[in-house]
Amino acid sequence: MSTENAMLEEFSQREYEHGFVTDIEADSIPAGLSEEVVRLISEKKGEPQWLLDWRLKAYRHWLTLEEPQWHNVNYSPIDYQAAVYYSAPKKKPQLASLDEVDPVLLETYEKLGIPLEEQKVLANVAVDAVFDSVSIVTTFRETLEKHGVIFCPFSEAVHDHPELVKKYLGTVVPHSDNFFASLNSAVFSDGSFCYIPKGVRCPMELSTYFRINAQNTGQFERTLIVAEEGSYVSYLEGCTAPKRDENQLHAAVVELVALDDAQIKYSTVQNWYPGDSEGKGGIYNFVTKRGACRGENSKISWTQVETGSAITWKYPSVILQGDNSVGEFYSVAVTANHQQADTGTKMIHIGKNTKSTIISKGISAGVGQNSYRGEVKVMKNATNARNFSQCDSMLIGDRCGAHTFPYIEVRNTTGKVEHEASTSKVGEDQIYYLRQRGLSTEDAVNMIVNGFCKEVYDVLPMEFAVEARKLLNVSLEGSVG
Amino acid sequence: MLEIKNLHARSEDTEILRGINLSVAAGEVHAIMGPNGSGKSTLAHVLAGREDYEITEGEVTYDGKDLLDMEIEERAAEGVFLAYQYPVEISGVSNKYFLKAAINSIHKYRDEPVISRKDFVALLKEKLELLGMDKSMMDRSVNEGFSGGEKKRNEILQMAMLEPKLAVLDETDSGLDIDALKIVSEGVNALRSPERAIIVVTHYQRLLEYIVPDKVHVLAGGKIVRSGDKSLALELEDKGYSFLQSGAETVAAG
Amino acid sequence: MIATQSDAYQESFAAFQADQSATSPAWLNEARQTAWDRFLERGLPTRRDEDWRFTPVASLAGRNYRNVQSLSLASDTVETLLQRAKLDDDFHRLVFVNGHYVEGASSHQDLPEGVVVENLASSIREGRDLAEQLLTQPVGKEESAFTDLNTAFASDGAVIDVADGVTLDRPVHLIFLSVEDGPTACHPRNLIRLGNGSSATVVESYHGRDGDGYFTNAVTQIELAEQANLDHHKLQHEQRDSLHIASSHIDQKEHSRFCSHYFSFGAELARNELNCILDGEEIVSTLNGLYMPTGEQLMDCRTRIDHAKPNCNTYELYKGILDDRARGVFNGKIFVHQDAQKTDAKQSNQALLLSDDAVVNTKPQLEIYADDVKCTHGATIGELDEQALYYLRSRGIPESLARKMLIFAFANDVVQGVEVPAVVQHLEAILLSSHGLPDV
Repeated sequence: MSTENAMLEEFSQREYEHGFVTDIEADSIPAGLSEEVVRLISEKKGEPQWLLDWRLKAYRHWLTLEEPQWHNVNYSPIDYQAAVYYSAPKKKPQLASLDEVDPVLLETYEKLGIPLEEQKVLANVAVDAVFDSVSIVTTFRETLEKHGVIFCPFSEAVHDHPELVKKYLGTVVPHSDNFFASLNSAVFSDGSFCYIPKGVRCPMELSTYFRINAQNTGQFERTLIVAEEGSYVSYLEGCTAPKRDENQLHAAVVELVALDDAQIKYSTVQNWYPGDSEGKGGIYNFVTKRGACRGENSKISWTQVETGSAITWKYPSVILQGDNSVGEFYSVAVTANHQQADTGTKMIHIGKNTKSTIISKGISAGVGQNSYRGEVKVMKNATNARNFSQCDSMLIGDRCGAHTFPYIEVRNTTGKVEHEASTSKVGEDQIYYLRQRGLSTEDAVNMIVNGFCKEVYDVLPMEFAVEARKLLNVSLEGSVG
Repeated sequence: MLEIKNLHARSEDTEILRGINLSVAAGEVHAIMGPNGSGKSTLAHVLAGREDYEITEGEVTYDGKDLLDMEIEERAAEGVFLAYQYPVEISGVSNKYFLKAAINSIHKYRDEPVISRKDFVALLKEKLELLGMDKSMMDRSVNEGFSGGEKKRNEILQMAMLEPKLAVLDETDSGLDIDALKIVSEGVNALRSPERAIIVVTHYQRLLEYIVPDKVHVLAGGKIVRSGDKSLALELEDKGYSFLQSGAETVAAG
Repeated sequence: MIATQSDAYQESFAAFQADQSATSPAWLNEARQTAWDRFLERGLPTRRDEDWRFTPVASLAGRNYRNVQSLSLASDTVETLLQRAKLDDDFHRLVFVNGHYVEGASSHQDLPEGVVVENLASSIREGRDLAEQLLTQPVGKEESAFTDLNTAFASDGAVIDVADGVTLDRPVHLIFLSVEDGPTACHPRNLIRLGNGSSATVVESYHGRDGDGYFTNAVTQIELAEQANLDHHKLQHEQRDSLHIASSHIDQKEHSRFCSHYFSFGAELARNELNCILDGEEIVSTLNGLYMPTGEQLMDCRTRIDHAKPNCNTYELYKGILDDRARGVFNGKIFVHQDAQKTDAKQSNQALLLSDDAVVNTKPQLEIYADDVKCTHGATIGELDEQALYYLRSRGIPESLARKMLIFAFANDVVQGVEVPAVVQHLEAILLSSHGLPDV
């Protein structure tokens, strides 16, 4: 018992290993938000008028909105005028090849375990590296182009493929969707754009690696993935940020569109700086992610491992429009120290025979607060819709909290919705048993926690599963005696 | 009474029955044996009318009528009874209510008057005694919280109450200890009559020591590969199913 | 905007005060006034309130209801409704018509020593401590617009006070009837207190007559001392055009046991709230409910269980069957406080939709701040079990009858949790007839 207490006591200590700062000269605009700033961002990116108009429309709408209050997270008010809305490493933003990338940046990514030189990279992953507000480099573009796959920074897509961007931008997450999505629509800086043509199975994993570096900077990236009929893509996303005492805002938007028979698998390992053990600093992560299964037999699958951020606020959702479409959400969310997470998903069943699965694992330690918030809606014409949800929480220590808020709405007699939730702790008997077999208490806890999350790890792409496992162990490191 | 000709059935993409031919006359007891996955339970459920299977070929004549054309409850009312391998639990409906509703539905189908409360109680008492069951079980929900043996006994009780013409027992012996097996077998034997046909589906020969069959058929790969009298069951017991595998191929090839 | 909603009650509150304040004790007048002021300030809830998101109550609750001060007993109506409501002649019975106690229809003699069963107006007149204590303290954890409205108009209701160690052997049946013409409102206030180791069974029934619609706004406060044991039943049979809002607030101490059975059939909009505070160890609470809206009915069931102390068990089963264009809302919260280690809380909510125009909104919630607990909730919404349907059909039961049987079975599950035979029979008869099933 005393061992266990000691172990739980120490849970409030952990080290964040990506907390270094890259010293690089940045081109930043002054802090503050106004119509002028929106115009300035658009101008810096040399955007066409239609996009500026769209940004302004979003900005004006944002002014009419109030910050949401319904979530189960507490934070001191965000001063939207204090943040910097654009920051880019000073060098030319358009790069012809990797040789032109500032070596300091390459070093940064190397340090993060994301080498950008193609020969060093895992052979089957193409990476788009986003540093503060801009994309630094995108690897394997030529290989992808051979298959007709477009994978490039969002700002480049605006110039090179305006017809595609125009056709899909804001069709899944409209400019008026919610407070943070509207803010993003007004000031988004960069992000990734993927287009998988008809019938193409993307030959490698696509990946974007987000890094916040500059101080007082908000990051507002926007990602758009379109999978044409019969295509398939697996997309990975990773994020880190330096240790800083101030909170930094990250408000991203991700839109996915899957047409007939298309499949999109979107995986996230989110490891933004979570703040120190006193709860000082850390990223405020307010993210809107949504996918539309527009086509018949289409499938969108979200997998997320959320270990970072002071506050996580995100609900990757699927709108199941096409008949027989499938939506999935697999999530592991860890809140240690003073972290707070309010995360979950929405599955909106519109088409016939649509199916959704939700598996959510929440782990709370220290004084962390972890909430699952989900909505499953079966609309009137969604004959034979099926949903299965399972939300499990694990508490480590007696000062944390786990919460479940599922909303279920059914309007069709043939719909079948099942929701299960449970809460448990790391059992003393389990730890005892493992220690008796020679494991350290820390390893025992890691093993139990990893076992608890197994259902989610099993659906992560291999490299990510390994990284996620490591991350989870780091999150809980020093927490056990 | 029952004539199965070249019956083919599939579930989703898998063909399970691949041309069954079987003829069962009134008064006879047939045993259908076979290894796991040979299609025994499928055959039983196809006869009862389960909608998970698609009949792709063949015909089944029962009492001169096209069995496959009948609804599930119509078959029951015509006297087809399936004793389930895994009886379904229905919480909130008492056994008594369920049995009475079943009897009256069948009576209604046959244009017979509803059973009086008195007759029902008397009949139930008689059958309960026959199977050594406690009447308190009748106030409990259908199969809910029943042990494996109680569930099987409850199936035979239903069979005794509904007095079918064709009874199909699907792995009735599975999960039974020797005492329960004897009681269930006695219940079945008590129902043997010149007007009634019984098909016993089983994996093991053990049950056939208690319910002695007139004919034994071996099902493998969705076909009847051998038929014989009760000695065939003993032979199987002796040699196991594996020796049949080659036989099955021979038959298939022939 | 808020003022307009509450306007509807201004006139009747003035009339009520004129009628009551002179004869009421000062503490009661003060409690009424405080509640009224708070009600005015807060106004009626709108759909912007998370607690009322799926239940638009403002238009129904904002009608101009009249309080019935003196009764002109339309005896035929009362008699008809009474016959419908009565369950067993053996029960102790308190009858209220339009919120007022009717002595002639009630009967509660031969009570064991140490038991008080009377109406609230008598309790107030007699100056009993229970009335003053419960009417002057906050209702449950937090006041709401409707509990405030109830307190503002509090004048009558049932009082059951059982001394330590006493068992009230026969159930107490509280019958609430609304019979007057025109839109009328009544605000029954019921107080139940069970002393150490005492036990009681209570049945609340609500009935009313057709007319212009009426509004029942009931509040029941329950205090269970150590090892007390209460079985509480509520049968909601209000008229189809009425508004029924009710909340029960249960405060439980160590080793006590509370069992609630809620059955909702009537009203145009019925909202029932149960708030249980488990303020002691080794408490067992069971909350069972069945709601069966049809037509345009909306039924909203809310439960909140606060596990404040360790080692308590709660079991919750709520089932809904919705037909036509009916709407159902279930909101069940289990709140486990930091001290409440070894909590075992199970919640299950199941709903059946019989029509594509029916809607059900379910929100089961867990909020957990203790690490050594077992909490589960399950919610299922769906069709009848296909396996069971096949099984019944293979025994000769036609599909339509088999479906009805399974619907009956689904509901009967909750009925079977009731331990009072007269209540079980009453409910079984309703279930059988409402689905056209043959008798057993």
